[in-house]
Amino acid sequence: MTPVEETINSHTIAVLVDNEPGVLARVIGLFAGRGYNIESLTVAEVSQDEKLSRITIVTSGTPMIVAQIKAQLGRLVPVHKVSDLTLDGPSVERELALVKVAGTGEKRVESLRIADIFRARVLDSTNESFVFEIIGDTGKLNAFVDLMKPLGLVDVSRTGVVAIARGAGSLEDQKN
Amino acid sequence: MANDLMMGSHILMTALKDQGVTEIFGYPGGAVLPLYDAMHEQNAIRHILVRQEGGAVHAAEGYARSTGKVGVVLVTSGPGATNAVTGLTDAMMDSIPLVCITGQVPTHLIGNDAFQECDTTGITRPCTKHNYLVKDVNDLARVVHEAFYVASTGRPGPVVIDLPKDVAMGLGLYSTPDKFKHKSYNPQIKGDAKAIKQAVALLAGAKKPIFYCGGGVINSGPKASALLTQLVRSTGYPCTLTLMGLGAYPASDPQFLGMLGMHGTYEANLAMHDCDVMICVGARFDDRITGVISKFSPNSKKIHIDIDPSSINKNVRVDIPIIGDVANVLEDMLKVWKSSQAKPDQKALKAWWKQIDEWRAKDCLKFVQKGKIIKPQYAIQRLYEATKNLDDVYITTEVGQHQMWAAQFYGFEKPNHWMTSGGLGTMGYGLPAAVGTQIAHPDALVIDIAGEASILMNIQEMSTIAQYHLPVKVFIINNRYMGMVRQWQELLHGGRYAESYMESLPDFKMLAESFGGVGMVCDKPEDLDGMIDEMLKTDKSVIADVRVEQLESCYPMIPSGAAHNEMLLGPKDEADRPISEEGMVLV
Ligand SMILES: Cc1cc2nc3c(=O)[nH]c(=O)nc-3n(C[C@H](O)[C@H](O)[C@H](O)COP(=O)(O)OP(=O)(O)OC[C@H]3O[C@@H](n4cnc5c(N)ncnc54)[C@H](O)[C@@H]3O)c2cc1C
Ligand SMILES: Cc1ncc(C[n+]2csc(CCOP(=O)(O)OP(=O)(O)O)c2C)c(N)n1
Ligand SMILES: [Mg+2]
Repeated sequence: MTPVEETINSHTIAVLVDNEPGVLARVIGLFAGRGYNIESLTVAEVSQDEKLSRITIVTSGTPMIVAQIKAQLGRLVPVHKVSDLTLDGPSVERELALVKVAGTGEKRVESLRIADIFRARVLDSTNESFVFEIIGDTGKLNAFVDLMKPLGLVDVSRTGVVAIARGAGSLEDQKN
Repeated sequence: MANDLMMGSHILMTALKDQGVTEIFGYPGGAVLPLYDAMHEQNAIRHILVRQEGGAVHAAEGYARSTGKVGVVLVTSGPGATNAVTGLTDAMMDSIPLVCITGQVPTHLIGNDAFQECDTTGITRPCTKHNYLVKDVNDLARVVHEAFYVASTGRPGPVVIDLPKDVAMGLGLYSTPDKFKHKSYNPQIKGDAKAIKQAVALLAGAKKPIFYCGGGVINSGPKASALLTQLVRSTGYPCTLTLMGLGAYPASDPQFLGMLGMHGTYEANLAMHDCDVMICVGARFDDRITGVISKFSPNSKKIHIDIDPSSINKNVRVDIPIIGDVANVLEDMLKVWKSSQAKPDQKALKAWWKQIDEWRAKDCLKFVQKGKIIKPQYAIQRLYEATKNLDDVYITTEVGQHQMWAAQFYGFEKPNHWMTSGGLGTMGYGLPAAVGTQIAHPDALVIDIAGEASILMNIQEMSTIAQYHLPVKVFIINNRYMGMVRQWQELLHGGRYAESYMESLPDFKMLAESFGGVGMVCDKPEDLDGMIDEMLKTDKSVIADVRVEQLESCYPMIPSGAAHNEMLLGPKDEADRPISEEGMVLV
């Protein structure tokens, strides 16, 4: 059995940053320069008046590495808050994907049937293609994409994970 | 004047003045001409013209380390900025507070491959604590004040301000450096009271304790060193320092075990290995210290005081982390130590000191000076003897064996008197660092203990030394080898000395004279004291070329991949214990 110290886990980390030029390069550069991996990264402005952006990063590592990643993020000057949503209590995660499937006949019908089961919406349709929109956790999206492969999967575009803590508290109020 | 429009270049100069800057190290060029013009019109700030931008950054490092102030650099765009990169990285690794202003092409040309354009903020992002590109002249004053705050707060480091020429020439408003709370960067200064209590309890119960302290004590200011000295003395425990920490605890104190690590003393390293409680104060468990991590101090409980949360548990897992400023935390610890009337187990402590004294008796730094050739250790020892009673002596070094021998044989009683490139190990650091140190302390004795290879990396700064009549002394331990490289080739590559011999060296005496200084050469042990005396009497700059034993190696040494208790004490150990394969790939 691998000792706890060595087990590699996936963590979803929320980072509140000043929305200034170069801030994303700083975050990405930190991961690249120190050899940490990024499984998913999303970023968008979340407060226009305060010019704050929220970055959600899914990364993985041993507890010691993940702690190091958070400490490294925390010491970047434009970073306001770092929260490990995987550790700091319950949270919800969502991802959106746009999935293009091309085909005719049986395959086309089958793709629509599966989309229905997954509650994917049809955003665009032609005689030989669909663009589906699907929202869910990463696992659900992966499953959907896998099922579409034999049915004529052409293109996938995914947003990456966004996540937020459950309950009333805000990221800014949270103690670091 | 508060609401008067000012030119960007004047805003910059005013902001620097308001930050208390009195000296800038720099080199002009097209993109910074307006700044030089503004400098020309004022007297509050003196500009020191170096001979290469790399020299400016190291000079500012020496200035900063020897004063505790922020060092300031001004260079032009493109090659000026790229020449500064090594120094910025050096300052980043060694936690030296700098503000470096780089000129930039005008904003409308950025991204255009314009003449002397480079992506300065992109290039320097990983080697600065933070950097700014100022696009609006009205942001300039705020950015300068913020840069000084960021450089000097928390774990210090270099900050770059990239300033396009049109912004420097544009009109805008100035704002003074009022006290402000930074919106996102506010490092924790005060240590957690509960953790401090736990740490004191752990310390008090220790049977084989050790203080392992580093550059963070120096960063924290002279008060931190005084508090550390008090705490160490009130415990009666042994204390060792890293290369960056030398001077944080008086070298002459009997509780001092010398430097630890790769070229540290036997007693310091074995005490680290065998201790049951280790308190790390402002040091970062660097690989030069720990050796192979899996065998590092296997049986100790560890306390770690550091201002940077990312230093905690980075390499070595600790039991009690205390995030905060050294001086602040030590002050609290000292109070708790006193009020709890902690009484260490005197019997255990006595046994521990007895063990340490046995290790000390190995006399791991011993060397024999006999025959006609000067031993490098002897040269540094004599330099130390000749200068140790002088009031204010600052030592800088280059990188290599001479640096390690300086660390081993020169004793530092006070902080801020030892300037060396530890983390990056930058050859060519010492001479410009001596320039900066001498500028900050015009009447002090400043000596660069150099190697003949390293000194050539920034030898152009002799011209700066000449221009400002700086009485810097360069003491070259000349072994006609890149000695440290040669030593590793001996250890790891069967003594095949590929490219590590120094051919075609200049005549250092004539070189000194050509820069208006005094040159000296010494190759006999019996002449050494006389030459040192003469060097100290000279009020001009000196290059002393000390010809030493060529093939001397630096011991003790923990070879790569080995543990503290597997030190090599001399050539015999080296022959007996070949390096493991894992060790070969390490540096
Ligand atoms: C050829 C060569 C050989 C070397 N051999 C050795 C050797 O044998 N032994 C040795 O010791 N070194 C050696 N070094 C140097 C080594 O590479 C490291 O630079 C050095 O060990 C680091 O010192 P430090 O741990 O004190 O940390 P520093 O680099 O000085 O870092 C300071 C630490 O203190 C923290 N800090 C900063 N300010 C504060 C504050 N106000 N309060 C609290 N914490 C603070 C920082 O966050 C950081 O963690 C060698 C270097 C060279 C070039
Ligand atoms: C800029 C730079 N290049 C290369 C090295 C690798 N290096 C470390 S020590 C050393 C040799 C230094 O020789 P010298 O200055 O003569 O010092 P000695 O070891 O002989 O005392 C070299 C090349 C370095 N530290 N810095
Ligand atoms: Mg040499």
